[in-house]
Amino acid sequence: MPEQYKSTTDLERAPVIEPGHTFGTVTEKISAIVLTRPASNGWFIGFGLFFMLTMMMLFAIGYLFLKGIGIWGVTIPIGWGFAIVNFVWWIGIGHAGTLISAILLLLRQSWRNSINRFAEAMTLFAVAAAGIFPAIHVGRPWLAYWLFPYPNTMRVWPQFRSPLMWDVFAVSTYATISALFWFTGLIPDFATLRDRSEKRWVKMVYGMLSFGWRGSARHWHRYETMYLLLAGLATPLVLSVHTVVSFDFAVGIVPGWHTTIFPPYFVAGAIYSGFAMVLMLAIPIRKIYGLEDFITERHLQNSAKVMLATGLIVAYGYGVEAFMGWYGGDRYDAFTLWNRLHGPYAPEYWALLICNILIPQVLWIRRLRTSPIALFFISGVILVGMWLERFIIVVVSLHRDFLTSSWGMYYPTRWDWMTYIGTIGMFLAAMFLFLRLLPAISIFEMRTLLPEAEVKE
Amino acid sequence: MNQDEFVQISKREEVCPGKKGKLDLDAVRAEIDKAAKHGPEYWRSLEELAGNPEFQDALKREFPKGASEWLDSVSRRGFLKVMGASLGLAGMTACVKLPNEPIVPYVRQPENVIPGRAMYYATAHTLGGYANPLLVESHLGRPTKIEGNDKHHGSLGGTDIFAQASILGMYDPDRSQSVVSMGDQRSYAAFLSAIRGPLSAQKALQGAGIRILTTTISSPTLADQLRALLKVYPQAKWHVYEPVNRDNVLEGAKMAFGQPVETRYDFAKADVIVSLDADFLYGGFPGNVRYIRDFASRRDPDLGQMNRLYVIESTPSATGAKADHRFPMRASEIERFAQALSSHLPINAPTGGVAGDNPGFSAAIVQDLLSHRGSSIVIAGDHQPASVHAFAHAVNQALGNVGKTVFYTDPVGANPVNQSESLKDLASDVQAGKVDLLIILGGNPAYDAPADVNFAEVLKGGKAQLRVHYGLYQDETAELCQWHVNATHELESWGDARAFDGTVSIIQPLIAPLYNAKSPIEFVSTLSGQPDASGYDLVRAYWQKQHTGADFEQFWRQSLHDGWIEGTTYQPKSVAAKNDHIGWKSTTDTAIELNIRRDPTIWDGQFSNNGWLQELPKPMSKLTWDNAVQIGPKMAERLHLASKDVVELELNGKKVEGAVWIQAGHPDNSITVTLGYGRRGAGRVGTGQGFNAYELRTSGTPWIASGVQIRKTGATYELASTQGMQSMDTPDGGHRPLVRETSLEEYKKEPGFAREEEVPQGLTLYPRYEYEKEQYAWGMAIDLNRCTGCNNCILACQSENNIAVVGKEQTLLGRHMHWLRVDAYYQGDRDNPKAFFQPVPCMHCENAPCEVVCPVGATSHSSEGLNDMVYNRCVGTRYCSNNCPYKVRRFNFLLFQDWDTAQYKMMRNPDVSVRSRGVMEKCSYCVQRINEHRIDAETASVREGKEIGIGEDLQSACQQSCPAEAIIFGNINDPNSKVSQWKAKARNYSLLGELNTRPRTTYLAEVRNPNPELES
Repeated sequence: MPEQYKSTTDLERAPVIEPGHTFGTVTEKISAIVLTRPASNGWFIGFGLFFMLTMMMLFAIGYLFLKGIGIWGVTIPIGWGFAIVNFVWWIGIGHAGTLISAILLLLRQSWRNSINRFAEAMTLFAVAAAGIFPAIHVGRPWLAYWLFPYPNTMRVWPQFRSPLMWDVFAVSTYATISALFWFTGLIPDFATLRDRSEKRWVKMVYGMLSFGWRGSARHWHRYETMYLLLAGLATPLVLSVHTVVSFDFAVGIVPGWHTTIFPPYFVAGAIYSGFAMVLMLAIPIRKIYGLEDFITERHLQNSAKVMLATGLIVAYGYGVEAFMGWYGGDRYDAFTLWNRLHGPYAPEYWALLICNILIPQVLWIRRLRTSPIALFFISGVILVGMWLERFIIVVVSLHRDFLTSSWGMYYPTRWDWMTYIGTIGMFLAAMFLFLRLLPAISIFEMRTLLPEAEVKE
Repeated sequence: MNQDEFVQISKREEVCPGKKGKLDLDAVRAEIDKAAKHGPEYWRSLEELAGNPEFQDALKREFPKGASEWLDSVSRRGFLKVMGASLGLAGMTACVKLPNEPIVPYVRQPENVIPGRAMYYATAHTLGGYANPLLVESHLGRPTKIEGNDKHHGSLGGTDIFAQASILGMYDPDRSQSVVSMGDQRSYAAFLSAIRGPLSAQKALQGAGIRILTTTISSPTLADQLRALLKVYPQAKWHVYEPVNRDNVLEGAKMAFGQPVETRYDFAKADVIVSLDADFLYGGFPGNVRYIRDFASRRDPDLGQMNRLYVIESTPSATGAKADHRFPMRASEIERFAQALSSHLPINAPTGGVAGDNPGFSAAIVQDLLSHRGSSIVIAGDHQPASVHAFAHAVNQALGNVGKTVFYTDPVGANPVNQSESLKDLASDVQAGKVDLLIILGGNPAYDAPADVNFAEVLKGGKAQLRVHYGLYQDETAELCQWHVNATHELESWGDARAFDGTVSIIQPLIAPLYNAKSPIEFVSTLSGQPDASGYDLVRAYWQKQHTGADFEQFWRQSLHDGWIEGTTYQPKSVAAKNDHIGWKSTTDTAIELNIRRDPTIWDGQFSNNGWLQELPKPMSKLTWDNAVQIGPKMAERLHLASKDVVELELNGKKVEGAVWIQAGHPDNSITVTLGYGRRGAGRVGTGQGFNAYELRTSGTPWIASGVQIRKTGATYELASTQGMQSMDTPDGGHRPLVRETSLEEYKKEPGFAREEEVPQGLTLYPRYEYEKEQYAWGMAIDLNRCTGCNNCILACQSENNIAVVGKEQTLLGRHMHWLRVDAYYQGDRDNPKAFFQPVPCMHCENAPCEVVCPVGATSHSSEGLNDMVYNRCVGTRYCSNNCPYKVRRFNFLLFQDWDTAQYKMMRNPDVSVRSRGVMEKCSYCVQRINEHRIDAETASVREGKEIGIGEDLQSACQQSCPAEAIIFGNINDPNSKVSQWKAKARNYSLLGELNTRPRTTYLAEVRNPNPELES
């Protein structure tokens, strides 16, 4: 007992960066992945596979444009299916990146430095994957731009009462800020790559991307100011984007949607799934590229703790929903609860409870929190669980609403699956490119973690 | 042209799709040699002579190769989509010059024709010979919508589904478009020359070899023509056959009165109605439109005495659903039940010793009947044996109902023979080689004759030397006849027909025949040697002969205008029932019985190719596109069957396979199948749907057969039902008060039982619009007590609003497009549940949940309270549908509308936009009709110089066609409007009103009038 207690104290914490590194070794190790290490066969196979999946997605979308939304499983009463489920899932995944880079920056959690870069890339790619769905899921995708308030000859504006409208602003703002934030953070590292690369055209490309960074004190000063400002802008977005996404449902009248718990519980769920995705990416990356020194047990542990905490918030959300279904006395809400537990989609609901609540409880065990393999699988389970959560919210609420005469069932088609799996392919293909073309870990921020960086008064 | 160009052109010809194959000269020579002996006498080209397969192919094709591919709408559509470039080129077509021929502008307007203004013509639609009087809306010469003839006492404005759907039938592109002989298109003149010889040969034989087979005919002109024809050929015979016939009714009348009489009822005067398996409140029953009106007029608990309906029935029907007391009983036991009942009623009928053997409820029925002498009706179903009909006649006579609620008239059919016998006689004559010339005038006996007659084999046998089929389709029968003559649709031809009460309507054409066809009257006139007589002249001449008064022209014009001929209504006859006349044949059979019934939507199969009727949910099961093996819940449990299990039915060695549908309220040990499915030659819509129940039907037991075997095959088959659940009880044990109902007694104590506490106003974040300030606020009230679930409103809406048919696959997915649906719910004991109908159009909520969530404002509220849909603005997020608690919004998931077929373009209502793919649509309260009336009212105001508002003559399409007057639409800002009066009634309630949607469509709760003695 005392042994265990001791092991969780600060004193015994694993370091953020393994000892023995210098400025030089850090720079060398990270930039080598991009500049000197040849791309392995594994990389080509992986990238090729995911690129093919991306192509499959484009094919599915092309056919969708040709035939119409009817190739999917959506119907009346289930007007939204995989597209919205996947949209919410991807947007949620993106949240961890922003949380890590912005909120943890403001909170001066310096351990974030080794994972923030690829977490941000993950955000960007996840938002890109998410962004596909709202655009293609509408019946007439060629008119989807009508959701934007642009000056037009029709003199018609969007309908600002609609949560979908708010979504447009929330998601587009989020995508913009995430891209800016990510790019800004990359500028000093672009300069490092420029300086270290040998080929002229590579130098030129990184040179242009680095905007003429010379590392002067003035540059650093401006950089820090801007980065902090962007972090300040991004921080409320972590909370607001998924809140707005949750309004899509909470504002609706459908039993199972119409609840005020949605905003906080969506945000927690987003971070929950986001950290799971971070771990699922970080664990193989650190293994393959030998980055165990930079992404240490400490990072794994911290991420696991965040997952544990947000997972409990999500569990609380489920509990409140269930309690209000029973306590509220509304016959439709009560039935929604019953239907989740016993209806035709009950296996999905029970699977959700197992994936999101039951299995992650093993993270209380320190040994599992520090085991990369265990964490990898638990993260996978959480990602499945969070996808199921969105499926339950979107599909299961809709399939049995008010009038029993209008109840229906939802069966995803092969086009639904192709599009969904295709976005995973696109996301991973982009990650593969990112690993080869950009420093996956922030070089200059890692250097600040070294003892050498300590400024002595 | 220089040499190069010439070469290029000839090369181009080589690659053109109509390129000829290489000609084999040897084959040609061989054929010429053969032709000298027995080859074709004339040939069009060497290719034909050589039997070149490409030429054979070209003969069969209507268009040259390549060209007909363009007729395939799907591939053409797909092609256009891919060829985005063609859009860019489309503008260039504007550069085409006008043709050189002289064309004439529309300078002088034809009288009465105002473009954009519909005209209405009175005509009629017949089913089983009975006319349904109609007014047909016509836009610039194109009929677009069927309405009931409100001046005709057979309609009073209502229609039935078959009449509504007949407009689609007329525009059906699969209709036969030419005379066909042995697979070749021929001219009518060719047919005339082919038949001239045989006819003149028969003259010598006095027509001994001529047989004419018709469907039930009530047309005085046609009957007169046929009789005249029979005078010319005295030995010829006229046979009548229709699969859904009224043989039993006829036999019952003969049993009771010794003569065939038609029975007519006055349900408005009946306080107690006992139905012995009669579905008299559903389309197809003669007079149902009027009967529904009369029945419904007695279902208002606030107006006079409510009637009481007892239904003893086998297959659950819409009539049974409306009953105050419904008793499920196997069809074969109903005769025994009647027999048992007869001993308690003052009639002269033998009881046959089953006196005491009757269920407990019959005493209460007897008591009720006895205390309503002269104001009750006992009515027997068409498929019940003659004895049950005779029993009904006897009871009605004994109770003094005749002359008060029940009337006897001459039969409506012009040739009231036993149709099963008639067809059998014809078949045996053919087999005996007595028939040289068989003329099948309408009908499809090769498909729908009883299995034991097997008319297809009779035709195939070739013993009838010359077989001529006259009909709308090149169907199964046409295939087996040497000649097929294409018929006109009733909307294209002149004719006449009798309604259920004998009143004659002149059938006026709304449009010239689309495919150069002959009407039945013109066709028969051809047979009697007058091939050029026009239908108009023939009908007019007949009525001129009948007319005795002075001014024929005035009479004729009046008759055409009104839609019926004055003085043709049959007067009630007085007939006396014979004593001891009922020939009971009841048995106590415990074998499984098979009920064979007409299909509620496609009838006997004649509407198989009608997409509206195929997709129209059957009233009780809500199934579309298929027939099913209907069994009761108990039987399903015993046999371990579930809905959609495929079973094999075997009767007398004949087998068919069909999917099970467990129908609540279906009696045990009994199976129901419906006719009309399993067709091979129906057309693109109907071919291959469902299974053919005619295989099990014999002339001896056309409706109720005993001893059917049922076996599970292990396979399953998807059945497309449009309703998710048919219960208001949720599986968690909860109950949702969607349809609210009480008994008359309870209602008198608590008239406001259905009302709920009003949700206070101002619970929404958004400002309330003050509709009170407007002149109009549109609203609707639906009386659930009056609604009989006849489905008519669905089709009226579909026709009025250009609603697409989506097909079985899409219906299975839940994507049917009906703007208005009729939900059917069951409550209570599954073996004998209460059933309810609830028509659900858009509620036009004042706080519409759909409106706030639309990101582009494509659905928004009008100042008069309409929830409008702006199709052009809709991008198709489907959020509105998700947020609609009533799920009345319909989405074009794919391109459901047929944009290419020319016929459908003519059919559509020009006042309503045709929606395309990716757009949401829903009930608009017929906004096009509101605006039409608004324009009229405004013009009238200007003309009269005073304010004239939109009057009560504004009707939504569903309201107009509703035979029960269950739907009222109008201005709720006018306290005197009918809709306001209905909404002020105590039993008015809002569906899901607790959601604060403030729906403009409200319901009047159902009140039943059960017999207190039977309420335990």
